[in-house]
Amino acid sequence: VYQVFESVAKKYDVMNDSMTLGIHRVWKDILVHKMNPCPGTLLLDVAGGTGDIAFRFINYVRSVRERQLQRKLKHHQNLSWQEILESYQKDKFNSLGDSQVVVCDINREMLKVGKQKAQHLGYTEGLSWVLGNAEELPFDDNKFDVYTIAFGIRNVTRIDLALQEAYRVLKPGGRFLCLEFSHVTNPVLSRLYDLYSFQVIPVLGEVIAGDWKSYQYLVESIRQFPPQEELKEMIEDAGFFKVDYENLNFGIVAIHSGFKL
Amino acid sequence: EEEKKVEEEEEEEGWHQLYPGHIPTSPLQKVLLAAGSAVMALYDPYRHDMVAVLGETTGCLALPNLRDKMKHHPEGYRILQERPRIRLSTLDMSRLRGLPDGSLGREYVRFLEDNKVSPDTRMPPKFVDDEELAYVIQRYREVHDLMHTLLGMPTNMLGEVVVKWFEAVQTGLPMCVLGAALGPVRLSARKLQVLATELVPWAIRSGLNASCVLNVYYEERWEQPVESLREELGIFPPP
Repeated sequence: VYQVFESVAKKYDVMNDSMTLGIHRVWKDILVHKMNPCPGTLLLDVAGGTGDIAFRFINYVRSVRERQLQRKLKHHQNLSWQEILESYQKDKFNSLGDSQVVVCDINREMLKVGKQKAQHLGYTEGLSWVLGNAEELPFDDNKFDVYTIAFGIRNVTRIDLALQEAYRVLKPGGRFLCLEFSHVTNPVLSRLYDLYSFQVIPVLGEVIAGDWKSYQYLVESIRQFPPQEELKEMIEDAGFFKVDYENLNFGIVAIHSGFKL
Repeated sequence: EEEKKVEEEEEEEGWHQLYPGHIPTSPLQKVLLAAGSAVMALYDPYRHDMVAVLGETTGCLALPNLRDKMKHHPEGYRILQERPRIRLSTLDMSRLRGLPDGSLGREYVRFLEDNKVSPDTRMPPKFVDDEELAYVIQRYREVHDLMHTLLGMPTNMLGEVVVKWFEAVQTGLPMCVLGAALGPVRLSARKLQVLATELVPWAIRSGLNASCVLNVYYEERWEQPVESLREELGIFPPP
C-alpha cells in the first residue's frame, strides 16, 4: 500500500478531481459541515495526507470565529475606544480561537505535498503535520475532540485496530467521523458505477499519472471494503456509541459517525 | 505483496499476462486509452509514455503487418527468433566508439552522446495483447535512435518530426502518422518551410523507396559504413 501512495502523492489531487469529476470536494465539504466544529476544537485528521479536510476545518472555524467576533464587537458599542482596541487586539491573535488540527499520515510524500499546499494557500497557523500509523497512533489517550479519516480507512490493514486507536485518542464526548467509499445498493446505478470504476478509472490513472496499476488497486480496494452496516458494527465494537451513517450519492460514499462517551 | 495481488487478480478476472509488464485491456479501455493518450501527448509533449501508449493502442493493424514483413524476410525472421534488444547493458560502447568514423556503430554512439539520449529510456509495451507483437513494437522503439542516425536527424522537434514522417511511411503506425501530422504545429514558420519544401518530401521518398527498416539486424552491422547501409536500404542521402 505504501508504494501505491508514494507514486500517487504528487498527482493525488489532480486524480481525485478527474476520477470524481470534482465531486470529492463536495463530499469533503459535507463532512466538515456535519462536524460543525466550534473554535477551540482540536481535530486529528488521520490519513489526511494532502490536507483537504484540515484546510476545510480551518476555513470553517475561521468563519465561525469571525461571526463570533462580529457579534462581540456589536455588543461592545457602549465601551470606550481604548477598551474596544484592547479586546480587539486580544482576539486578533486568535483568528482560529485556539482551534488546531493535527494531520497524521503514514506516508512522508503525502505530508510533504500537504505542507507545500498549506504554504501555497496561505495556511500558517493551527496546523501540525505528524508522521504516523493509524493502527498505532503516536498520541496520548483522551487528547482530541474530533477524529476524522477521509478516504483513508480502506487502506488500513487492520481496520479494527485503527478504530480502537481512534477511540483511545479521543476525549470523552469526542466524535469519530469517517468518510469513505461504500456500497451502492441500487442495482442499475451499481452496474454503471462498476463500469465507470473498472473501465475508466485505471485509464485515467495511466493518462494523468502514468500509473495504471495503482488506480486498478484503488478501484479493487473499494469493492473489498466492508459495506455500511458492517462498518457500523465494527465502529460499535470499538466502543463508540450513537453510531450512524449517511449515504452520499446513493452509497458511492458514506459518512459514518460515532461518539466516545 | 504485489505478487500476491497479481495472483488474486488472475483468479478473479481470468487475467492473462502474456509477458512481463503486460496489462490486458478491454476494447472500451483501449479506445479510452487511445483518446486519452492522444490528448495528453498533445497537451504535454514531455509525456513520452503517452506517445508509447497511443502507439500500442492504435497499432492493431499496423503491427501484425510489420510482423509479417519481418517473417517473410530472412534477416527479419532471425530477429523475431532471436529477439535482440538494444540496451546499454548489451552494447559494448567502448568498442563502438573505437570504430572508424562513418561506420554505423561510431555514428550511433556519436548521435547518443551529442543529443544526450540513451536507448534505455524506451518504454516497455503494456497494452499490446500479443507477445510477439509486443516485441515488434519494442524493436521499433529501440531502433528509433538508429533511424535518427541513418537519416542524420537530431532530436529537436524538427528532427523528430522528420523521423516520424519516415516512420509513418515505413510502418503505417497511426501513432507515427498522428505525430508526423501534428508535430509541426509547434514549429516556427521558418522551420515549417524547410520542413515542407525539403525535409518531408525527402523523408517520404526515402520511406517509400526503402525496404523495411525492421528487417535489418543492426547489431551485426556496426562496422558497416552508414552510407553503405543507406544505399542498401534505399534511403536517399539527407539534404
